[in-house]
Amino acid sequence: MSQVVDPETISGPDAAIDLSVLDEARSRLANDDAVLRLSATEAEERSGYQPPTDEGLGERMIMNMGPQHPSTHGVLRLVLELDGEEITRSRPVVGYLHTGMEKTAEQLTYLQGPTNVTRMDYAAPLFNELVFSMATEQLLGVEVPERAQWIRTLMCEVNRISSHMLFMATNGMDLGAVGMMLYGWREREELLRFLEQVTGLRMNHNYIRPGGVAADLPDGWEEHLDSVLSVLPERLEEFDTLMTGQPIWRDRLQGVGVITAEEAITLGATGPILRSTGYAWDLRRDLPYLCYDQLDFDVIVGTHGDSFDRYSIRLAEIRESIGIVRQCMEKMPPGDYRIQDKKVTPPPRARIDESMEALIHHFKIFTEGFKVPEGEVYVAVENPRGELGCYLVSDGSSHPVRMHIRAPSFFNLQTLPHLMQGSLIADTVAVVSSVDPIMGDVDR
Amino acid sequence: MTEVAEEVPGEPAAPGATVHGVLVSDSRGQEVLHPDRSDYVDLVERLRAEGYWMAVDLCGVDYLNTPGDRGLPVGVEPERFEVVVNLIDHRNRRRTRIRVQVPDDDPVVPSLFSVHPGLEASEREAHDLLGIVFSGHPDLSRILLPDDWVGHPLRKDSSIGRIPVQFKDPTASGGARP
Repeated sequence: MSQVVDPETISGPDAAIDLSVLDEARSRLANDDAVLRLSATEAEERSGYQPPTDEGLGERMIMNMGPQHPSTHGVLRLVLELDGEEITRSRPVVGYLHTGMEKTAEQLTYLQGPTNVTRMDYAAPLFNELVFSMATEQLLGVEVPERAQWIRTLMCEVNRISSHMLFMATNGMDLGAVGMMLYGWREREELLRFLEQVTGLRMNHNYIRPGGVAADLPDGWEEHLDSVLSVLPERLEEFDTLMTGQPIWRDRLQGVGVITAEEAITLGATGPILRSTGYAWDLRRDLPYLCYDQLDFDVIVGTHGDSFDRYSIRLAEIRESIGIVRQCMEKMPPGDYRIQDKKVTPPPRARIDESMEALIHHFKIFTEGFKVPEGEVYVAVENPRGELGCYLVSDGSSHPVRMHIRAPSFFNLQTLPHLMQGSLIADTVAVVSSVDPIMGDVDR
Repeated sequence: MTEVAEEVPGEPAAPGATVHGVLVSDSRGQEVLHPDRSDYVDLVERLRAEGYWMAVDLCGVDYLNTPGDRGLPVGVEPERFEVVVNLIDHRNRRRTRIRVQVPDDDPVVPSLFSVHPGLEASEREAHDLLGIVFSGHPDLSRILLPDDWVGHPLRKDSSIGRIPVQFKDPTASGGARP
C-alpha cells in the first residue's frame, strides 16, 4: 500500500526546514508547561485534590495512573494533573523495570553481550543484538560475510513485522477493539514460530552475534517463511476492515495526540512518531546499513502527526517489510553465515574433535572471550520504534568499559506530556498506545 | 592502537585539527569533537544552527581504573568522567559526537536542556547512574532508580554486589547422611 506522496507536502530532511521554526518549537516546548515536574515520591504524596493556588490555578486533581495499568504496556506510570477531565500537565515515571543491564554488560564478554541486550526491547530483540554486534565489529574492524548480512536483514525484517503485529494487537485492545488482540497475537505467533525454527527461541534469541549469526538458516526455511508471508496480506485486509475504515476507530484516533515535525526533532523522537508528521526519515534508507541499499522499499510517512497516522504507518510498514523479506529470500547468496576468524568466532563443532588448535580457540573464546582493540563507537539501526543506538567503549580487554544503548522508547516517551496536554483522560490510553513504548527498552 | 592517527589508515587525523575552534579527532571513521566544559553548550548551539538539529543521545562514561589511550587528541586532559553527546544532521546525512571531560572532584557540566530539550531524560539518567550534575537542568531528579537510592551504580567504584552461595558443609549436622 505504498502511496505516492507529493514531495511538496512532505517536510522531509531534504525539504528546507526553517531554523526559526525549529527555534520556535524549541522555546514552545521548553516553556509550554506540559511537564509536571514532581518527583515520583512527591507525586505519590500529593495525589488527590489540589486546592486553587494564588497563582490563579483552579481546583485540580493529581492522579497516578499505573504502573500496573493494563494499557501502560508493562510498568509505565503516568502522573496526571487533571482539571475536570482534561489533562493540564503530566509526566511519565519510569524505572520500574530497571535491572542495570548497562552495568551487567560491563561484566560480560563481547560474546556474551547479545544475551544481555536482547532482553532490552523484548518485542524486537534481534535489533538489539544487531546493534551491539555491529558496534563490536566496528571496533574489531572486521567485515561480516555477505550471507550473514542478508540473513541479518531478513531476520530483522521478520522481527519488525512481528513487533508491529504486537502493536496492532495492543493498540486494538487499548481502544476497545478486543478482537484485534487475538488477531494481532495470532499473526505474531506465526512469525515467532519462524523465528523459533531459525534461532531456537521465540524471543531473546541471541542469534545475531559479533562476527555473523549463530547458525545458518535451517533446511526448509523458505517454505516455512513463504507459507507465513502468503497468509499475511489477506489478514492485513481483515485489519483494514476491522479498524482502518471504522468510524469509531477513526474518531478515537484522528486528531488525538498531535505533534509537529519540529517538535518531534526537538524532543529526539524517531521512528513512526517522527514519520507521522510527514518527515521522511528512516535510517534504513538515509544512512543504510546491512543490505538495505540493495533493497527496494518505501519510507512511509503520514501527514497529520496524530495517533491515526502512527497506526497507519505501522500497518503500511508491515506491508513494506513483507516486500523486503521477499526480496531477501530471492537475493539470499550462498556462503558463510559468520566470519572464519578463529579469534572471534568459535570453530565448527566437528573441527574440535580433530584439531588441537580448534579446541584451544574454542576454550579461549568461551572462557575469557576475545579481545577488542581500544576505541569507542556509536552505531545506530532503525528499530520498529525508531533509532536504536549502541555506544561502546573498549579498553582493549574482552569486556566493554561502557555499553550504552540509545533506546528509542526512552526518548519517544518524552513526547507524552506534550501529546496529552489539553486532551481528555479518555485519550490517554490512545496516545500512550500510539507511542508504543517498550518498558524493557526504556528502563534497561 | 596507541595513536589516534593509526586508527584510520590513509586518513591521518591531523594533530591539532579543529572544528569551530574545538579539537577534533577521528574514531573508527566517526568524527569526535572535544570541547571544554565552558564552551560545550555554545558549540552544540552552533552545530545546531549548522544543521545538527537533533541530539540523538547523551550518556556518561566512567574511566576510573582504565589506563591506556582513550583516543583523545593532544591538548585534551583526560579526566575520570566523560559526557558523550551524539548529534545527527538529517540533511547532510552525517553524525558527530562530542566528548566532554568531567573531573571527579567537580562533576558538573552545563545542561543542554536550553539547546536540545529532548536531552532532559538522558541527562537525568546520567545524573542518576553516574552522579554527574547538569547545572541549569530544570528537574535533575533520579529517573531509573528510586528517589531514596544512595550512590550511583554505573560508577566503576560502585560494587556490583554478589548473592552469597551457601554450600553445604558435609561435616555439619544435617549435611552428612547417616
